[in-house]
Amino acid sequence: MPKIKLAENTVQLIKDICVEFENKESELINVLHQVQSKLGYLPAEVQEVIAKELKTSVAKVYGVVTFYSFFTMIPQGENPISICMGTACYVRGAEQVLNEFKRQLKVEVGESTEDGKFSINCLRCVGACGLAPVVTVGEKVYGRVAPTDVKKIIAEYHNR
Amino acid sequence: MDTVNLTIDNKPVVVKSGTTILEAASGVGMHIPTLCHMKLDDLNIENKPGGCRICVVEVEGRRNLAPACCTDVSEGMKINTHSMRVINARRTVMELILSDHPFDCLICAKSGNCDLQDMAHNLGIREIHYKGEQSTYREDTSPAIIREVDKCIMCRRCETMCNEVQTVGVLSAINRGFESVVSPAFEMNLDHSVCTYCGQCVAVCPTGALTEVDETGKVIRALSDPTKTVIVQTAPAVRAALGEEFGMEAGSLVTGKLVAALRRLGFDHVFDTDFAADLTIMEEGTELLNRLGKHLAGDKDVKLPILTSCCPAWVKFFEHQFPEMKDIPSTARSPQQMFGAIAKTYFADQLGIKREDLVVVSIMPCVAKKYECGRDEFKTNDNPDVDHAITTRELAALIKLSNIDFTALPNEDFDNPLGESTGAGVIFGTTGGVIEAAVRTAYEVHTKKELPKLDFDELRGMEGIREATIDFDGLPIKIGIAHGLGNARKLLEDIQAGNSEFHAIEIMSCPGGCIGGGGQPYHHGDAGILKKRQAALYTEDKNKTLRKSHLNPHIIELYEKFLGEPMSEKAHHLLHTEYFDRT
Ligand code: SF4
Ligand code: SF4
Ligand code: SF4
Ligand code: FES
Ligand code: FES
Repeated sequence: MPKIKLAENTVQLIKDICVEFENKESELINVLHQVQSKLGYLPAEVQEVIAKELKTSVAKVYGVVTFYSFFTMIPQGENPISICMGTACYVRGAEQVLNEFKRQLKVEVGESTEDGKFSINCLRCVGACGLAPVVTVGEKVYGRVAPTDVKKIIAEYHNR
Repeated sequence: MDTVNLTIDNKPVVVKSGTTILEAASGVGMHIPTLCHMKLDDLNIENKPGGCRICVVEVEGRRNLAPACCTDVSEGMKINTHSMRVINARRTVMELILSDHPFDCLICAKSGNCDLQDMAHNLGIREIHYKGEQSTYREDTSPAIIREVDKCIMCRRCETMCNEVQTVGVLSAINRGFESVVSPAFEMNLDHSVCTYCGQCVAVCPTGALTEVDETGKVIRALSDPTKTVIVQTAPAVRAALGEEFGMEAGSLVTGKLVAALRRLGFDHVFDTDFAADLTIMEEGTELLNRLGKHLAGDKDVKLPILTSCCPAWVKFFEHQFPEMKDIPSTARSPQQMFGAIAKTYFADQLGIKREDLVVVSIMPCVAKKYECGRDEFKTNDNPDVDHAITTRELAALIKLSNIDFTALPNEDFDNPLGESTGAGVIFGTTGGVIEAAVRTAYEVHTKKELPKLDFDELRGMEGIREATIDFDGLPIKIGIAHGLGNARKLLEDIQAGNSEFHAIEIMSCPGGCIGGGGQPYHHGDAGILKKRQAALYTEDKNKTLRKSHLNPHIIELYEKFLGEPMSEKAHHLLHTEYFDRT
């Protein structure tokens, strides 16, 4: 694994967040949330700093990061696309929608497109089952998405 | 004290409140099968994730079956441990586990010693009704340990050992659901991680997911090469455990049979690591007295406490975790490496052969020793001082492979000159033994008086951290002992904080010391075995005529003929080492 050296102020930012949670190991999930919301993702080097600050092992931190689908180790695209894979969405065709996004953007789940514009992620139930299948792009929510809508959704962001 | 009355299989039982059903049952001799649960008494080690559900029992009046390992008893409980419903549930659980497990039993390194295999056998599983996808994972091979994660059943015992007991923190459950495995961070291979190769994860893994790197093939090849002289050394802890592999009672001392077996396997000279342990005491003891002398003379730069350095897993631990303290441990090499260095110089010269034509094999209770003999500092022109290190378990496999009837073997003696040892060398195999051996010699060298009594009961035992003050004829020497790396960490943190009053500390990575090493016959959760092995070593010590390292005649001869004196330049070159910052 090539070592990336984190910028001094990034390290400080992570440390500050840990201090906010009193450097408690039991606050690991909250710390990870905060850090991801600031940095967008949780690369290995970031997890190492967090492990050190919370006096836990990197393996444990990595264990938590890989357990929850909302944590990501890959930088998100400018427009992060999330497809809900909760039960309601799944039975109403979320998988086909996901496949269509993957096909059109030529990326796998957890990756970003080469131009950095889009990334795809899967979520568990986002609490809008009435609108299933649900897709979010950034803050915007799309309901009752069919594979045929995918092209239109992507186009909305392409020319920005 | 609160007590609880209950019945187990119609038998009335009274236990303390807070007892689990499992404990209550075993207290009255009823066996409930367990898989993920592991409790090592005396060592205060427990793994209780309640994950596998093999231990379920029926509790009258409850709708669901209860996992016995993590359900506390309550007043009036009526428990049935093997009703039809219970047996069916256990079988279902087992079939589900097996439905995602490779069918490699016939060729698995763990076959015959596997808790999962035993359990499937005991439950009479003849068919798997659940067919589905099987998870696969790449194999990870390191210098000492192989991870075959396909065979992992997620009992998480290894995690408990690595994180809670050893505080190394290499292993953790990662991912979710079907994809979940136990892995180092970022799914890196073990040899890129901070793993110490202590092998404690291997020692408790109930399946073939974690095993040692098998080097028996290399040993067989060396033994059948007519151009090589092949010699063997065997560590102290091996003789107190090998018998278990052949159905002998735990704690049986099999030194004589061990020597006989090694001769029959074809080793040209059968030597003893205990000899090198005596040599270690000469070097380490002298280093201790040197540092102590300087300290007493008012030298402020001298580092105390001195820490023992016989355990390669411990060495790797502080190189990763406390690199700023790497000048505190003794520079003495481990007995395994001292033996190799002397064998490939002094002994090769005696035989009149080149070091390349001499193959040194060691039999170790340890998997870290495999890693240790591969370290660059222990090679000359790329030829290692110790060529192959195999575990007690691997030796047992070799003996079985060669159709040697171990229990029927006569008792034989080690060869000379590297086979002679004192009782001090023997006790190196248990926690407390190295420092006791050092005290026996350091006391007499320092005070120039004979010790009135050789058994230092104050240094013996199984508590994780022990301390004692030994009176060196008016000079109180404070000694600390830690076994298990988590306990070692505590003592190190004290030193770091400037709160340590010890002059010398003994550290062994494995709980119990090498008798509990990662390469020993599996204890299958019965930590009582370790105490029996420990008692065996103290017995062997007692039975020896010589019990102090500095009285070993072949050690005296080695210094006279070859090394000069302890810490001489030659001794320094061959018997001492340096440590590296691995962060
Ligand atoms: S060998 Fe020791 S340090 Fe390495 S993973 Fe196993 S328990 Fe952890
Ligand atoms: S590797 Fe072995 S000890 Fe670790 S969780 Fe898997 S089966 Fe259990
Ligand atoms: S305590 Fe003994 S068996 Fe365990 S790692 Fe150290 S040297 Fe090896
Ligand atoms: S399942 Fe998708 S919103 Fe609930
Ligand atoms: S042994 Fe009780 S749940 Fe695994």
